[in-house]
Amino acid sequence: MRFNLQASGMTMTTANTPRPTGGATPPGPAPALPTVPGPPAVPGPVAGPLERLRAGREFGANVYSTIDVLWVLYDRILRITPETTDDPDRDRFLLSKGHAVAGYYAVLAAKGFIPPDWLDDQGGPDSRLGDHPDRTLVPGVEIGSGSLGHGLGLGVGTALGLRAQGLLTPRVYVLLGDAELDEGSNHEAIAYAGATGLASLTAVVVDNHSATHGWPGGAATRFTANGWTAVTVDGRDHDALHHALTGHDNHRPHVVVAVVGGE
Amino acid sequence: MRQTFVDTMTDLLAEDPRTALVLADISAAAFTPAAARHPERVLNVGIREQLMMGVAGGLALTGLRPVVHSYAPFLVERAYEQIKLDLDHQAVSAVLVSVGASYDRAAAGRTHLSPADVSLIDTLHGWTVHVPGHPGEVSALLRDAVAGDGSAYLRLSILHNDRPHGTDGALTVVRDAGPGAPLLVAVGPVLDAALDAVADLGVTVAYTNRPRPFDTAGLRKLAGTEVILVEPYLAGTSSRVVSDALADRPHRLLALGVGHADLRRYGSAEDHTRWHGLDAAGLRRSITRFLEAALQPAR
Repeated sequence: MRFNLQASGMTMTTANTPRPTGGATPPGPAPALPTVPGPPAVPGPVAGPLERLRAGREFGANVYSTIDVLWVLYDRILRITPETTDDPDRDRFLLSKGHAVAGYYAVLAAKGFIPPDWLDDQGGPDSRLGDHPDRTLVPGVEIGSGSLGHGLGLGVGTALGLRAQGLLTPRVYVLLGDAELDEGSNHEAIAYAGATGLASLTAVVVDNHSATHGWPGGAATRFTANGWTAVTVDGRDHDALHHALTGHDNHRPHVVVAVVGGE
Repeated sequence: MRQTFVDTMTDLLAEDPRTALVLADISAAAFTPAAARHPERVLNVGIREQLMMGVAGGLALTGLRPVVHSYAPFLVERAYEQIKLDLDHQAVSAVLVSVGASYDRAAAGRTHLSPADVSLIDTLHGWTVHVPGHPGEVSALLRDAVAGDGSAYLRLSILHNDRPHGTDGALTVVRDAGPGAPLLVAVGPVLDAALDAVADLGVTVAYTNRPRPFDTAGLRKLAGTEVILVEPYLAGTSSRVVSDALADRPHRLLALGVGHADLRRYGSAEDHTRWHGLDAAGLRRSITRFLEAALQPAR
């Protein structure tokens, strides 16, 4: 078996697992769709890059909890291509939970933002791909993240900056985790964006039930109480994610809570 | 100084569509006219300092030039990680403008005092720090900072010298005691007290309102063996810079400024100036002791 999710617990970093010294399954072609209890299905185009990046290591469940929504965003939603990474009119995608890099790098490679050979030796001394992303090192990466609770504030500022310059087409998407919502900085941003009707902002909360004290009533309630529109969907269901991610009303900020669990 | 900031910033918002102002309630009333004219570039996020700095980072990511303003402890200390990550690590910049300084609102107590702000900014890379010594210096410093593309910290205070001193950041000799004389460098509003303190001593006095980047070339030109720093924030903030600049020369350094201890006393800014030994009499005591030590015969 290539993945051992059952034994992985909720490891918060993705690439710190030491590479096995022997008996590792060599990187190979994209794995076939797994059978229970194998790893969750990975969107086809992402599988190859992810395997190359994995290089025999074990990934935690958090890697797989984010790949589907990342893929739907880059495949169906975001108005950004490798040729438009500096276009002022592009959509912005801000990965706030910076530890979710494995799927992020794999998706960026699958979509041509980064060359496949960058996936080798991730985190190594000459690699541009760290365990947290650096916007100055990776084309298409809008923010450097890692310390939790910074992306939503930056996203609010980005949305305000675009609006102040009359750039009314781009949307700003910020991806967070449910445990990341513990950071109070998020609630400053949620309250302000709601109060001011920051309509070009979409938050995506990947809810893998990892918040230590939980969010009674659901993570979405923290947003809706502040005037956001909210949709809570199955974080594996691409069509449901697509529908939710296009469900903003252009008057208020929008949140999509992508629930993933049972892994 | 605060009013000069409000007036100049209001003008800049009108002149340059690239500028934006981010507030966390402090001074919001003073910027009401500017906010009415530029509602999308004057942004008051409420009492949310983490968001204030995050918003500045986001604005800068879209190409705007954010100016961020609050009381010094709330601007620099409360959301320091946002300064480090939302500005510096994103490779974007902003102009931070504080009021309150080390103890302007002494009666408000420790929560509103910020003697360590310049030290904290000094942990970052590539920042310019302006500490005007008179309201008449503020406008040009703000305009320069906003026109630049790096990050800058402009530290405003109610304390000031009798008159402004024009400077481009270089050490400016205000009083020349001749070659080899002890050199006193006064930063911002402590200049007048420093001049009084050494009025009858053979000490050269130089002034700057831009402690970062420190004019090390000017320092090397002016310094003899004795160097005295007088700074209106934490004592020793610039010791490292001066020591590095003079590393190849035997020299003695006296670094005067605000003490580390929480005095747990209210009173006025003038009271705190005296308690920290930064009034003319206090400075004179420290400086005389330092210079007398130099005259002791070697044992």
